[in-house]
Amino acid sequence: MRWEEEGMKQNAFIMGNKLMGSNPHAFSLIMPSIPITHTQTPYVTGTSVLGIKYKDGVLIAADTAGSYGSTTRYKSVERLRPIGQNTLVGATGEMSDFQTILQILDRLIITNAMFDDDNTLGPPDIHSYLNRVMYNQRNKLDPFWNTLMLGGVKNGVKYLGNVTMLGLHYVDDHVATGFGIHLAQPIFRNEWNEDMTLEQGTKLLEKCMLVLFYRDRSAINKMQIANITEDGVKISEPYALQTKWDYEAFSNPTVGNEGSW
Amino acid sequence: MSMVFAPCLTETTAPTTHAQPAWSPYDNNGGTCVAIAGEDYCVIAADTRMSTGFSILIRNYSKIHQITEKSVLASSGFQADIRALQKNLDARHQIYQHQHNKQMSCPAMAQLLSNTLYYKRFFPYYAFNVLGGLDNEGRGCVYSYDAVGSYERSGYSSQGTGMQLIMPVLDNQLKSASPLVLPLQKSTTPLSEFEAVDLVKDTFASAAERDIYTGDAVEIVIINREGVRRELMDLKRD
Repeated sequence: MRWEEEGMKQNAFIMGNKLMGSNPHAFSLIMPSIPITHTQTPYVTGTSVLGIKYKDGVLIAADTAGSYGSTTRYKSVERLRPIGQNTLVGATGEMSDFQTILQILDRLIITNAMFDDDNTLGPPDIHSYLNRVMYNQRNKLDPFWNTLMLGGVKNGVKYLGNVTMLGLHYVDDHVATGFGIHLAQPIFRNEWNEDMTLEQGTKLLEKCMLVLFYRDRSAINKMQIANITEDGVKISEPYALQTKWDYEAFSNPTVGNEGSW
Repeated sequence: MSMVFAPCLTETTAPTTHAQPAWSPYDNNGGTCVAIAGEDYCVIAADTRMSTGFSILIRNYSKIHQITEKSVLASSGFQADIRALQKNLDARHQIYQHQHNKQMSCPAMAQLLSNTLYYKRFFPYYAFNVLGGLDNEGRGCVYSYDAVGSYERSGYSSQGTGMQLIMPVLDNQLKSASPLVLPLQKSTTPLSEFEAVDLVKDTFASAAERDIYTGDAVEIVIINREGVRRELMDLKRD
């Protein structure tokens, strides 16, 4: 019965084509054809994610904003998610694509668990898999509009890396996405070192998140920090940073220099 | 993106048009590759900087990939495509080894690379490759490619963002026979291995001065009858 239906649908489609030409966007009197839906622009987006390795593991920070163009539409978006026991994924870009990717990763983790052989997927494995997912979508000219950050610790090995929507991927001791590449990465390069403690690492990330809040239009002052160590993944509750707006220069900005801005 | 379903009362002959693409599936992550063939050695070198747009992503990314015992591939261009290409060649080489119980020779790998690139003629690997190694007689060989697989064996070559800065210097300094002279002479350089490596270091240092995408460090791989060894030299990080 089902195959007959399929055959009938196909015939209808072919007839529709013959009448209307091969424009898939033309309205068919017999049956509407499905329009091609390739992602060309993102709609609800998350901004930068920052990550650093420190002495005992990896720290990753992101704010909880979901912007809709120039509006801050959603203020409690969790852009940091644990994957399996040892890994955390943070996403910049289109949030709906991130949710799809989370479903894909969920399936990956469950399929792997079903082998029931005590083998778990670590950060490098998830990184490699995500890279393939992103690259293959790009090959179909229908990218997941995300830059993903991967971090974790497994068997004492700390891992931190990025995958972009084109399938570009790399690992490093400190990484950033989006605006973080321009504003935070230079601070990391100056101030990061291998033996940072949890406090030092957190301070460094908070400093960079503050810079991003001051300068990135789509950032908000509500962030989460995730700490991944050999013991597992811990994501903090959202919190705000102390900001300073009472600089003298802000109160009377054109003193001595009227006419300029 | 609005899709207008307009009832079409007359036969439409308008061709399907694609909207202006808002994004490109390609990116250039920069970098320069060089290879020089000698009598009994081959030098393959590439910088280690990976960039996007005007930003540096990482300073220690290797563009050099050893595919077989005797061939080393250096590629610059779009990193995702390059990595996919390397994995593709690795897989093909593994199959070859299973079927022939030996490794592929460098000329054979050269042909395979060309075929692999042309296979994607209508959605190319954005990879600018230089393949270096030893041929079946133990002599150095260098093969240089464009993005769709057109290739040529020569005595030396460079590819990538610093190619035009480096190539003239190699033409001048390597003392290789010109490929235009008849009868055709072998194109390997008469320089010693040490002199060739030294020249590579000089050319990269020069390219790093003027090419913004070349810098950080240059990774140099030397293959000779003893095997494969690596050197790493720092470059300017600006």
